[in-house]
Amino acid sequence: MASVTFDHASRLYPGSTRPAVDQLNLETADGEFLVLVGPSGCGKSTSLRMLAGLEEVNSGNIFIGERNVTDVPPKDRDIAMVFQNYALYPHMTVAENMGFALKIAGINKDERASRVLEAAKLLDLEPYLGRKPKALSGGQRQRVAMGRAIVRQPQVFLMDEPLSNLDAKLRVQTRTQIASLVRRLGVTTVYVTHDQTEALTMGDRIAVLKDGLLQQVGTPRDLYEKPANIFVAGFIGSPAMNLFVAEVVDGGVQFGTSVIPVERELLSSVNAKTVTIGVRPEDIVVSSAFGEGLPVDIDLIEELGADGYLYGHADISGKRTDLVTRVDGRVHPNAGEKVYLTAKPGHLHLFNNESGERIGNKPVVTA
Amino acid sequence: MSVALPKRRKAKIPILTRVPRWVVHVVIFVFCAVWFTPLLAMVATSLRTNPDTAAGGWWMIFVKPLVTLDNFTRASDLLELNTSLVSTLAIAVPSTILTVIISAFGAYALARMHFRGKAFVFILLVALLAIPPQLAITPLLQLFGHLGLGGSIATVWIWQVGFTVPFGIFLVRGYLFTLPEELIEAARIDGASEFRLFFQIVLPLITPILASLAILQFLWSWNDLLTPLVFMGVANHEAPITLQLASLFQTQSGLGQNSVAAGAFISVIVPLAVLIGLQRYFVAGITGGSLKG
Repeated sequence: MASVTFDHASRLYPGSTRPAVDQLNLETADGEFLVLVGPSGCGKSTSLRMLAGLEEVNSGNIFIGERNVTDVPPKDRDIAMVFQNYALYPHMTVAENMGFALKIAGINKDERASRVLEAAKLLDLEPYLGRKPKALSGGQRQRVAMGRAIVRQPQVFLMDEPLSNLDAKLRVQTRTQIASLVRRLGVTTVYVTHDQTEALTMGDRIAVLKDGLLQQVGTPRDLYEKPANIFVAGFIGSPAMNLFVAEVVDGGVQFGTSVIPVERELLSSVNAKTVTIGVRPEDIVVSSAFGEGLPVDIDLIEELGADGYLYGHADISGKRTDLVTRVDGRVHPNAGEKVYLTAKPGHLHLFNNESGERIGNKPVVTA
Repeated sequence: MSVALPKRRKAKIPILTRVPRWVVHVVIFVFCAVWFTPLLAMVATSLRTNPDTAAGGWWMIFVKPLVTLDNFTRASDLLELNTSLVSTLAIAVPSTILTVIISAFGAYALARMHFRGKAFVFILLVALLAIPPQLAITPLLQLFGHLGLGGSIATVWIWQVGFTVPFGIFLVRGYLFTLPEELIEAARIDGASEFRLFFQIVLPLITPILASLAILQFLWSWNDLLTPLVFMGVANHEAPITLQLASLFQTQSGLGQNSVAAGAFISVIVPLAVLIGLQRYFVAGITGGSLKG
């Protein structure tokens, strides 16, 4: 078991001017489950491959435990990786696939067999040990890929979108299995995904990347409650947080006809006439009666059983802005109607318009 | 007229299902007949006696089915089958093995390893593909003479391997690119050395293309007349079957075409058996199951 540290690690692909990973500083504690998340092209997979030794590190260092592995070849890093497409050896049986690394390491046949069997039991793969990968279903192949990593008993697990080839139902099921399995084994894990739900549900901590730059690291709760900037605010959470520009007025920010009060010292740190405010769909109160708040025309109601989502648009300082609000799944206004939205107290996020950075450490408490 | 199919639907149906089935069968039959007839003629002729052949065409065997194996005994004497078959095997087998091994190594290096000058080596290789081999006959004859290799079987190997390897590397390299990079990365992380990676992961997965290459090279090498003729000469006591057959053909006057046909049949039967025997390695889908289903 070991910690993992990225120390100003950068990767610049030949022929490119912008680094794919730019000065990444990131620390994973021993036994921690860290998720790297971001849109495609953000550098999350590249970071993982740098840690694996499959991608060159142009500057900076990477440590596994106390050991600087920056220039160590993959085979000497004591890591195991699960690939998105599993990369099982097609000409070997499940048992041979799982035991390949042990065979190379010179571990004798009996111990090899017992370790493979142990991992197979853990993953319900026992009946399939003699089969070739092509005789397995997608979910089984995924488990073999996991098994191949587990058998090694490595210091770190690296997982590169291991669930993205499974169908939706299996993905949710496997998600919890992997999370609990890895925690039981207590092995440090770095997990890459583009799916923020996966990140929120699996990770001890989440690192959000964009354009090769680390945006924020924190617990799922941190990221959800205190996004560090507009990007994280919009990326984490589904449906996404409502973000729009609002005018700064005396004592607060303008939200339709109502003013949301903001603490004075916080407001004084804003040196602009406008700020970007963020409200999550579940932090909005909908009222059908004419009153205070932001008038919104409903375009669509999405019913998901217990919950529903109201999609509408409002005119905010002359600009059409789309908004999403969570409503009751059974009792809700209908498309075509006009409603008035106000923000629930204690859940308003303020961001600097220019830099996109969060203003203040906590969600703004409204009266 | 009134029952014409709507145009939209007609366009969706593949062309083969629109053509009546019997037309397809007729076309296939005609093609088979055109290809098969000379072969049949050869086999028929090899089984008939000289007077019969003089009296009528090969198809008369179906009218008057009197067959004899004399032609084969005669041909095997005249072709010095004991030595010529061995010579041919001594040419074709090493030539095939060397071609496959060198092509596999070369292709792996060019496709999956990183080293300086890789692009240059590859361009050189493509350039070699474009050079007509005949250009090299005279210089190579001189070179072999200087090296004291003149007339030996090794000269034929060098020629055949040398002129197939660029093609072989090109072929195998293309196939290697279809192997998922992750497989190789997974093996590297599993701790495999470059050699283990090549022999235990890559080689088993490229068997189909190596089998194709082997078949091509074996057939070419077996049937090659020019190279042994130029580098070994007709009078060589190690002359392969193609050389013997060619000289038999030139001197057939007294012996009739029956022995030539028998000789030709003998020289064809081995490559045919090889082709059929190795065919199963062509079976696609050996990489099936490595990636997601």
